[in-house]
Amino acid sequence: MGFLSYFISGVSLGAVYAIIALGYTMVYGIARMLNFAHGDIIMVGGFVIFTVVSTLGMPPLLGIVVAVAACTLLGVTTERVAYRPLREASSLAVLITAIGVSYLLQNIALLVFGSNPRQFTSVVTLPNLVLAGGALTISSTTIVTIISCIIIMIGLTAFINKTKMGQAMLAVSEDRGAASLMGIDVNKTIAVTFAIGSALAAIAGALLCSAYPSLTPYTGSMPGIKAFTAAVFGGIGSIPGALIGGIVLGVIENLSKAYISSQLSDAIVFAVLIIVLLVRPTGILGRKINEKV
Amino acid sequence: MKKALALGMAVVMAASLTACGGSGSTTTTTAASSETTAAAADTTAAAAEDTTAAAEEAPAESAGGTLKIGVIGPLTGPAAAYGQGVRNAVELAVNEVNAAGGIGDGIMIEMNAQDDEHDAQKSVNAYNTLKDWGVQMIIGSVTSAPCIAVAAETEVDNMFQITPSGSAVECVAPDNVFRVCFADPDQGAAAAQYIGEHQLATDVAIIYDSSTEYSTGIREAFVEEAANQGLNIVADEAFTADNATDFSVQLTKAKDAGATLVFCPFYYQEASIVLSQADSMGYDPIFFGVDGMDGILTVENFDTSLAEGVMLLTPFSATEESSKAFTDAYVAAYGETPNQFAADAYDAVYAIKAAVEKSGVTPDMSVSDICEAMKTAMTEITIDGLTGAGMTWNAAGEPNKAPKAAMIVDGVYVMQ
Repeated sequence: MGFLSYFISGVSLGAVYAIIALGYTMVYGIARMLNFAHGDIIMVGGFVIFTVVSTLGMPPLLGIVVAVAACTLLGVTTERVAYRPLREASSLAVLITAIGVSYLLQNIALLVFGSNPRQFTSVVTLPNLVLAGGALTISSTTIVTIISCIIIMIGLTAFINKTKMGQAMLAVSEDRGAASLMGIDVNKTIAVTFAIGSALAAIAGALLCSAYPSLTPYTGSMPGIKAFTAAVFGGIGSIPGALIGGIVLGVIENLSKAYISSQLSDAIVFAVLIIVLLVRPTGILGRKINEKV
Repeated sequence: MKKALALGMAVVMAASLTACGGSGSTTTTTAASSETTAAAADTTAAAAEDTTAAAEEAPAESAGGTLKIGVIGPLTGPAAAYGQGVRNAVELAVNEVNAAGGIGDGIMIEMNAQDDEHDAQKSVNAYNTLKDWGVQMIIGSVTSAPCIAVAAETEVDNMFQITPSGSAVECVAPDNVFRVCFADPDQGAAAAQYIGEHQLATDVAIIYDSSTEYSTGIREAFVEEAANQGLNIVADEAFTADNATDFSVQLTKAKDAGATLVFCPFYYQEASIVLSQADSMGYDPIFFGVDGMDGILTVENFDTSLAEGVMLLTPFSATEESSKAFTDAYVAAYGETPNQFAADAYDAVYAIKAAVEKSGVTPDMSVSDICEAMKTAMTEITIDGLTGAGMTWNAAGEPNKAPKAAMIVDGVYVMQ
């Protein structure tokens, strides 16, 4: 029973990583840049929900809707203000800018909300699932997280493959110049990518903070880095890769904590990443170019 | 593609370094100590109210001269709650002392607080800024790692330094440095003793933060003392600052091992998550924390019913009768409830006052002469502070006061 419970909490942790990783992977796949501010957009989403739900007393669902709207706006604005002017610059310049945006968001949040941690009220209000006469308790947040992750992945894949905008994204990701010659508005496509990525960040924020309910201006930074790792692990640019990478990462992290050493779990996670990258430099699913968004 | 990946991974490594710095900071910070009595606070607060504002406003022209005290602590960044508490409480105490006629024969205190963002390098920079200002004594640094760095500098300058809350053993290694709070290991041993003597449990689990000196130091002392107390440690689990959000595995192991008490030597931020995760998995042992647990009830939006029955060693409780005068004055001035860092800092100012009066130090003496006189005087004074009655210091800089435990009942601390 112990194993099952470690495994399930690992899948739950991994599902949160996966949703965050989807945002990284989409932006990387299409705009060819690593948006290190992604983790901090999650944090902003968390604070928006906290403000709407806990401070203003609105229902959680409204909180999520407002957060999705706010994060989308924030993502598009950052893209317009900070990244678009650097579209032709070297990738290093864009990376540094992204890190700058990340620090900017953290420090603004610090200024506005202060450094004291806030207890986040779970947006999931369903009862926990108790199995095997109380020996195994699966929290409702875990279940909702895993289900949302699957829905988002299916939805995103359908969007990419079935809609015109999705096709445009695929085209931009394969060859920006050629796409532009075919009449695709590259800037608009990238802006939409950021909008979707940031909307996902808001949802990830809601789920992350519901499962691990402490909210500070630094809440997003470590999950952001782990999720980026998950994205690389699964093959950056690949949507199913992000899902697999996230869940594998979460499960490895929890099982190594449970059976090897709780001190070494992060070291083990990153060691596995290094091994995977040595064997498959593009990640688990990275080689299938046509699956790139 | 490969190039971009390599670049990306390099950045991840760099970013995770900074992230460790960022989140680690909350945790490396370290805190205070024993039990609350505020006879001193009562009288001084009353004195402050009675005195006219005019007395406060003209410290520079006073007969006794002006003593310049520098405060160093994290005023911004993740540990800002601690630094701001210290800055505010020092300001409060200094205003009280000045309003009541200053130290001894009317020595007025002038304070200058500098931000170190809980960074050792910036803390030393802050110290240098204060030296340019003409500082004569230091209260700080608030957090352990910066405190160790600044102590190395003040030792060279032979400047008197008292840290309210730097609890790592090395903080007071130089003999010019004193502290108000307990050292980390003392808390671990005291906790094990308390649990043993009160027979709270025999099967004990430990969850600790292996990435901070604070948490590991307390754990080591706890494990050592637990053997003497007949405590059976059935689970000994760690987390680090980077994965301090998911405790389900550690809690499951504690639960499966049959622990009826979980010792939690870490900060309330993590503790609030531990408590809610334990609740959601239906595990209800006694959670026993140390001073870092203080603040759990102030976490915004935290369901305090989860903390019901939590025990902690704490030097200060804002809800206690004896600290009321201080708490009221603090709330009136800064609009928030003081934490134990504030209480430690408040005591630090009164310790300085007592030692200055004892030694007859005057502001026109050299920094080094002041320090020599203060070092002797500190071991001779006894003060009744917010964090302990009858506090004394030894020449090593460690305070002597009794640790006490509080239990959270109906959302307030009840001293045991």
